[in-house]
Amino acid sequence: MGFFTHFGRYLIMLKSMFSKPENSRMYWKEFMHQCVEIGIGSLGIVTLISVFMGAVSAIQTAYQISSPLIPPSTIAQIVRDTVILEFSPTIVCIVLAGVVGSKIASELGNMRVSEQIDALEIMGINSKSYLIMPKIIASLITMPLLVILSIALGIWGGRMAVSLTGILSTDVYDIGLLNGFVPYNIEFALIKTFTFAFIISSISAYYGYNVKGGALEIGRSSTKSVVVSCVMILISDYMLAAILLK
Amino acid sequence: MIEFKNIEKGFDGNKILQDVSHVMYTGKCNLIIGTSGSGKTVLQKCLVGLFEPDKGEIIYDGVSFTDMTDEHRKLLRQQIGMLFQGSALFDSMTVEQNVMFPLDMFSKASNAEKRKKVDEVLERVNLDKAHKKFPSEISGGMKKRVGIARAIILNPKYLFCDEPNSGLDPLTSMLIDKLIQDITREYNMTTIINTHDMNSVMEIGENILYMRFGKKEWTGNNREIIFSNNEHLNEFIFASEFLHDAKDMRMLEEKGKISGDRNMDELLK
Repeated sequence: MGFFTHFGRYLIMLKSMFSKPENSRMYWKEFMHQCVEIGIGSLGIVTLISVFMGAVSAIQTAYQISSPLIPPSTIAQIVRDTVILEFSPTIVCIVLAGVVGSKIASELGNMRVSEQIDALEIMGINSKSYLIMPKIIASLITMPLLVILSIALGIWGGRMAVSLTGILSTDVYDIGLLNGFVPYNIEFALIKTFTFAFIISSISAYYGYNVKGGALEIGRSSTKSVVVSCVMILISDYMLAAILLK
Repeated sequence: MIEFKNIEKGFDGNKILQDVSHVMYTGKCNLIIGTSGSGKTVLQKCLVGLFEPDKGEIIYDGVSFTDMTDEHRKLLRQQIGMLFQGSALFDSMTVEQNVMFPLDMFSKASNAEKRKKVDEVLERVNLDKAHKKFPSEISGGMKKRVGIARAIILNPKYLFCDEPNSGLDPLTSMLIDKLIQDITREYNMTTIINTHDMNSVMEIGENILYMRFGKKEWTGNNREIIFSNNEHLNEFIFASEFLHDAKDMRMLEEKGKISGDRNMDELLK
């Protein structure tokens, strides 16, 4: 199948998601379930990555800044801005594409192969609306929260690393954090995260929902959803940076 | 009653169903039989609207399903129950939650009322001690019974079963057949069963449609099938020597040559 066929089917899937819920309470329940699965389920890995990401970037920045003309607090500034602008939204979302995206694709793929999606349709339930919509909305809500947490943990990780290795004192690091802070960067990070969250959840839902065959195809579609999501994240990352950071 | 006229369906240029017409009656077990690849499942999926037929008309109790809007179809589907080949139970839910799911979605009854209804239906399918188990913790036969319980929880007018005996031992198969037949009469449903299980055909086949290469080859009931001269049907139904002998025995029984409650002494005469 060519790119345009996939893209057309993807758009049709998104369009047919919008219909009146058969029972709002059940949709809410499913949405909350997805928030827990996506949000709480990814908390561990996001925490781990963020702390180490901040710590490593602080030590590597300190290693590269050896000039006495540059104040040491600049390390904190650089860590802060790289974490906010790139590391947290992009790296964390790429990791989430692997964790959440593959989970969504394999869950839906398994439901398709074992006829659970057909069972929903037979009952008169819009399966796209009931299964995909809550996943997308839950991603749009929980992923930005995870990224905000990741920013905080990344900056804290950097602070801990410079303090433990004796590169900087925490006081100097804290001063550096407040120097030249641009609040728009947070806004930009959140715009990126919303975009990436939509890409991850909708693309993996598309590949999972349209699985044909058996267990082998579920694995393939899961891998494909992660690869396509990552590529789309990188492309949109560049486009958003080019458009919004002028 | 479900009537379908001149149904045609193809995929990628291959014609799977060709001009299939038949009537499925209310209160009866209507069987669609045929070898693998004969188009049984595609026909059933066309009847429930999972596939759109290329040609032909499907009529549910005088109302054309083919011309229905999506909204009307949604309403009609709440009167349809379906038992899938692999049961299609929701893995993340317990038996009780699976059966309660259609009620949760479509009924405004209180939780206590819903629980009572679930208990009744699970008891009806002889599964009164599996409420809290997950599908992965129960046997194939139990899964089928949970599937039946879920299919009938909303008191549907139409019940579709896709190979309800697949993967089951002969005794459990018989119990499932009996259960489907009893429920069909009790709820006065139009039941359509896809099968290639010969026991089912002989035991519950009140209205049989035999399909071959996507076409209607023969229709009749389980009594008529014994006397059928259709070569392909006989090849399919009585494939083994054992089944052929069973057919001869049933013929003699039907003609009154031997009694239904025969014993070995009588057979050896």
